[in-house]
Amino acid sequence: MKILVAVKRVVDYNVKVRVKADNSGVDLANVKMSMNPFCEIAVEEAVRLKEKGVASEIVVVTIGPAAAQEQLRTALALGADRALLVESGEELNSLAVAKLLKAVVDKEQPQLVILGKQSIDSDNNQTGQMLAALTGYAQGTFASKVEVAGDKLSVTREIDGGLQTVSLALPAVVTTDLRLNEPRYASLPNIMKAKKKPLETVTPDALGVSLASTLKTVRVEAPAARSAGIKVGSVAELVEKLKNEAKVI
Amino acid sequence: MAILVIAEHSNGALAGATLNTVAAAQKIGGEIVVLVAGQGVAPVAEAAAKVAGVGKVLVADDAAYANLLPENVAPLIVGLAKGYSHVLAPATTNGKNYLPRVAALLDVEQISEIVEVVAADTFKRPIYAGNAIATVQSSAPVKVITVRATGFDAVAAEGGSAAIEPVSGTGDAGKSAFVGEELATSDRPELTAAKIVISGGRGLQNGDNFKHLYALADKLGAAVGASRAAVDAGFVPNDMQVGQTGKIVAPQLYIAVGISGAIQHLAGMKDSKVIVAINKDEDAPIFQVADYGLVADLFEAVPELEKLV
Ligand SMILES: Cc1cc2nc3c(=O)[nH]c(=O)nc-3n(C[C@H](O)[C@H](O)[C@H](O)COP(=O)(O)OP(=O)(O)OC[C@H]3O[C@@H](n4cnc5c(N)ncnc54)[C@H](O)[C@@H]3O)c2cc1C
Ligand SMILES: Nc1ncnc2c1ncn2[C@@H]1O[C@H](COP(=O)(O)O)[C@@H](O)[C@H]1O
Repeated sequence: MKILVAVKRVVDYNVKVRVKADNSGVDLANVKMSMNPFCEIAVEEAVRLKEKGVASEIVVVTIGPAAAQEQLRTALALGADRALLVESGEELNSLAVAKLLKAVVDKEQPQLVILGKQSIDSDNNQTGQMLAALTGYAQGTFASKVEVAGDKLSVTREIDGGLQTVSLALPAVVTTDLRLNEPRYASLPNIMKAKKKPLETVTPDALGVSLASTLKTVRVEAPAARSAGIKVGSVAELVEKLKNEAKVI
Repeated sequence: MAILVIAEHSNGALAGATLNTVAAAQKIGGEIVVLVAGQGVAPVAEAAAKVAGVGKVLVADDAAYANLLPENVAPLIVGLAKGYSHVLAPATTNGKNYLPRVAALLDVEQISEIVEVVAADTFKRPIYAGNAIATVQSSAPVKVITVRATGFDAVAAEGGSAAIEPVSGTGDAGKSAFVGEELATSDRPELTAAKIVISGGRGLQNGDNFKHLYALADKLGAAVGASRAAVDAGFVPNDMQVGQTGKIVAPQLYIAVGISGAIQHLAGMKDSKVIVAINKDEDAPIFQVADYGLVADLFEAVPELEKLV
């Protein structure tokens, strides 16, 4: 089967971002950018399915600026076969991203689409579900285990109460949770090889998708800061403070 | 226009997150209609009808809605949504699963995990693991929103007497089937509802050592949570993870034990009223958000704490 993996270029998870002084957004100038961690897990899962002989081809796609080629090359080095950049300078909302991905699905006709469950910048957790809606596919979100069995997909999902297993008709959309796998690192030879793998660029226009959105960000501010606390010298002092000062026990 | 709130429920009981979501709906303003979808959910509907501020309860009782499979539930909600100004669901793993599917079918953006209502079309929501708060404005004809429970004080579970009305949708879409679930059982309070939460991290070293936290929790009537590192290492199950990509909690008292305080963990607990950190590294970032920090070996401090409370 063919697998399509959607990856996003985001601020590296180690960076503590700062809000811009004019409250228009967060300051991303000179900040380290990486592949969204959940997308790394998505790429890894596709590669494992290929290594098991379940997948025949892995196509990786991103929607973003020209610089997002970097993340596509990383995905190619990890084992994807070819890459597609839908180049867009502006920050797009999830529905527009899902519509662009739907256009790519129409063209590529994958049996399985794997996305991250959440971008660590927008914290939206919705693009995969939206893509499933637009394509009419079943969705296995927050996956911690994925198994292909004939024309069905078994997905174990991380839910509030524990784990849930569902059986989905293929083609289907899966979004990854943290425990699905532990992504590998790209080896130097594979990084070199990735430079020669095909990377195609298209525009949203060429895909015939309108990027109009019903949502706009009007202001971004820093969260309320917590006032500084104190260090206590002993367990006894801690208990005394919790009982008499904070009055929480 | 009216607001449609999708109820969260499990084992025949209305879940607390529904009450916080109704509270968010009250802030928006308008008649509040609650949809209870599921199988054998008459008791849930009756509980929803008693919730303060609820004007009407719709019940879709059908095997197809039993486990809130999004392929089946989304078309049901879409069929009802047109008559409402807003559709709200709690930001539980259920709400996060079906509601974006509803939004896309309605051709509108979803507004994820709001923590504040500024106006009927304007909301605040955390982004970048809570390191920034965005104010967003929606022009959608139907505003589709998930609500973070910690942002809104629950309305009273009693006091209302709404009418209950059956509704039906298109049933089973034939795309997905529920196979089974493994649910964690515990006599302790539920993590997101507890007044006191004690969480353990990698510093606990193994699952067995969580017994120290359980003993303390049982004395305090607390719930027990964990960092991602503790879950990844297999010390405890995934449903105990607190953080940006786990559960969001804001109890009266949060005790972080052997947790360093990575931004992804802080995202899930820094709105707690009082934070205590026990860590043997005095430079651990968790101390920057702690009201009371204790630099100590947890294997000595936690048993002593258990004796003294
Ligand atoms: C995409 C993504 C999502 C994530 N989501 C989450 C999330 O939702 N929740 C989350 O928690 N993390 C999340 N993380 C992981 C996060 O970045 C940290 O890796 C994690 O929180 C670290 O867990 P920890 O504090 O238990 O472990 P560590 O950082 O290893 O800290 C262990 C602490 O224990 C202390 N310690 C050790 N022994 C003792 C002792 N005997 N007594 C006292 N103290 C001791 C040490 O001093 C240290 O500070 C996420 C990461 C990514 C990339
Ligand atoms: N611009 C994008 N390009 C490609 N994939 C994306 C993009 N935005 C989101 N995604 C995918 O959707 C997942 C969830 O993102 P979100 O809904 O924004 O939290 C990500 O992990 C990606 O797999």
